[in-house]
Amino acid sequence: MYKIIFIFIVAVLAAAPVQAQSLVFTAIPDNDETRLIQRFSKVADYLSSKLGITVKYIPVKSYPAAVTAFRHNQVQLAWFGGLTGVQARRLTPGAIAIAQGYEDTKFKSYFIAHSSTNLTQSEHLSSKLSGKTIIFGSKSSTSGRLMPEFYIREQFKIAPDQFFSRIGFSGNHSRTIALVQSGAYQVGAVNYQVWEQELANGKIDRSKVDIIWATPEYPDYHWTVRGDLDAQWGEGFTSRLRQTILDINDAEILATFPRSSFVPANNEDYHMIETSARIIGTLD
Amino acid sequence: MFNKLIPQNKTTRVISGFGLLAFLLWIISDITITTATPGAEFKLMLAGLLHPQWPPLTELAHAILQTISYALLGVTLAATGGFLLSLIFHLKIVRVACASLRAVHELFWGLLLIQLFGLQPLTGLLAIAIPYTGILAKIYAEIRQEAHHRHKPHLPHNCSVFSRFLYADWPLIKTDFTNYTLYRFECGLRSGTILGFIGLPTLGFQLESAFMQGHYADVTGLLFIFYGLIATIHWWGQFKFWPIYLSAAVYYLWPDISFSSSDLNWLLEQITPTPWREINNNFGNWFYPIISEQLLPGLWNTLVTGQIALVLSAGLALILYPLLSNHFGNSTTRLMGNLSLVIMRSTPELILGFALLILWGPSLLPAIIALAIHNGAIIGHLTGHHSNNIPLRPDAPKGINRYSYEITPRVFNQFLIFTFYRWEVIMRESALLGILGLHTLGFFIDSAFESFRLDVALILIIASAALNIGVDSAGRVLRQYLHLPKYRVIG
Repeated sequence: MYKIIFIFIVAVLAAAPVQAQSLVFTAIPDNDETRLIQRFSKVADYLSSKLGITVKYIPVKSYPAAVTAFRHNQVQLAWFGGLTGVQARRLTPGAIAIAQGYEDTKFKSYFIAHSSTNLTQSEHLSSKLSGKTIIFGSKSSTSGRLMPEFYIREQFKIAPDQFFSRIGFSGNHSRTIALVQSGAYQVGAVNYQVWEQELANGKIDRSKVDIIWATPEYPDYHWTVRGDLDAQWGEGFTSRLRQTILDINDAEILATFPRSSFVPANNEDYHMIETSARIIGTLD
Repeated sequence: MFNKLIPQNKTTRVISGFGLLAFLLWIISDITITTATPGAEFKLMLAGLLHPQWPPLTELAHAILQTISYALLGVTLAATGGFLLSLIFHLKIVRVACASLRAVHELFWGLLLIQLFGLQPLTGLLAIAIPYTGILAKIYAEIRQEAHHRHKPHLPHNCSVFSRFLYADWPLIKTDFTNYTLYRFECGLRSGTILGFIGLPTLGFQLESAFMQGHYADVTGLLFIFYGLIATIHWWGQFKFWPIYLSAAVYYLWPDISFSSSDLNWLLEQITPTPWREINNNFGNWFYPIISEQLLPGLWNTLVTGQIALVLSAGLALILYPLLSNHFGNSTTRLMGNLSLVIMRSTPELILGFALLILWGPSLLPAIIALAIHNGAIIGHLTGHHSNNIPLRPDAPKGINRYSYEITPRVFNQFLIFTFYRWEVIMRESALLGILGLHTLGFFIDSAFESFRLDVALILIIASAALNIGVDSAGRVLRQYLHLPKYRVIG
């Protein structure tokens, strides 16, 4: 037994984190939540080598947890969704959006339906949706909840909980697709990128579930930094960081997000997200 | 005429009352299976169950170390605080405070503390330490009181408090104290694990991620590790090792711990109701929609889930307890029975609920069944062990007759005590399972945290605490009505 205790202690000593002044970032990718440390450590290594400081990645489970870690300065740089970025900047005075994915300048959501509903792809959201059951993604997801709900309200002038017979939140896009495919819900709203990827991976049986409507385009995922980075790492650090991110062209790193490249962004780009969030009532 | 329908026997009256209520609630509430084609997902789960997989060793080691460290430090803090509070437990204010602390589920404490500390060890260990302090203070006080009664007549009047504790109390209560504290450590491991569901880097973090992606092989692997930890705890978790573990845990977690008092100010401001923060805002306009759209539906669904789950747990427990009672079967059946009960009660309800939700779709059903399996196994386990203390006559009946006319009637009172004790726990967990998306209080609490409306979250948490305190006292009233002896339950 003492031998095992000894090994335990050695393990703890080895595992104990080293304390050093480092830049910490987090990212919640929209498609695969597993093996995050493995995948994002490569991004951290890349940023470290370009910036000449230690950059660490910490995995965060949910959007609100990411926002909270950002507010507490436990994370200084974060890859947020449209709505969570807005929330984070409201709660953290001085924080700014610095870059977004190329795809995020014109993001969209798909409404998908189980074949038993007999709904087919159309120009507008069909009024036949009334009384159906619907599953959104995470409660604070931009593509899985905010924008779909916004367009439902815009089209039908009614809150989703009065329009649909049952509303659920799956917590993530892959789960949304699985739940509509299994028929647990008749209709779902999903990030278009995740749909395309799952389709390519052969996880979708289009005889069971298919797209019925695509939303108009809106801005989504982006990098947000705290406002006090220059104070800590010297004048001009934030713009250096922004340039480093914009310069990323390593295919493997871009695939982690997954994005084809990063382009500049600022807080104003997300005005429409903020307005939509006010309209559906997730922001006061 | 209706008088005849009401049973004469008090116990029968109470049981049929609970049964009837559960039946009515089942009929009127939202309980259905909505999935049209769940077969494919079920096959995936089964395949995963048969081919467990494990994440990379370093990630796994960290998750395990974090889980154990939170449990260890949380329970140590709670044992210290609980012991001190147990000394003044005769004060009403202490009893009320402790009841309130333990009425809030550790995951709700976690959600609140994340706002205060962010994602760091303090959040995890305090989320365990705070409710456990309330629990331990009560149990310690009860253990001490029992000891008091036993030695009171034998002590001189002028005996000092200190010597009385050291020479009279302690030798009597030592075993109970340590046993209960170790049991709480086991619970702490469970709590630490599920705290991963809200983002702390424990085993639950990996479990939830794997579940979300449908990587059932990883889910199975992680669950095996969790069962392994729990099953071997009597071996590696002994008190003599604690000093070493504690120093290691402090060393391991220390670098990540930080706190700034401005965070406290921020939290206090955020939990103040919005209308009180802004001058020209009408309190009623803010408050009534919260009551009618969140609090009341949430309370109702929590009650429905809890009441039905309670009756099903009790029924299941009566079926399960013979599996590990010495009066039935042979050593092989008992071993298998024990094993399946360990798995049933150790699997966190959140995980069970999650799996059932995927298979059956959203209604209260997955929550009810998950709670019934988990709690039925616990009550069955306690009842089974209790039945072993019952001596039988040499000519006692065998088989089904022994079960129906001998053992079950003789353990029944004890079984009721265990069940009433679980009532409050089941209610607390019904609220919690809302996190999965069923509309119990937890759903609305989670939603409030997601949109950073901490004032709303606080109101809903207080409502769920009030519900638990209410159920706790209802249980006490019923125990008195049935003349059930006051009995400490470890479980």
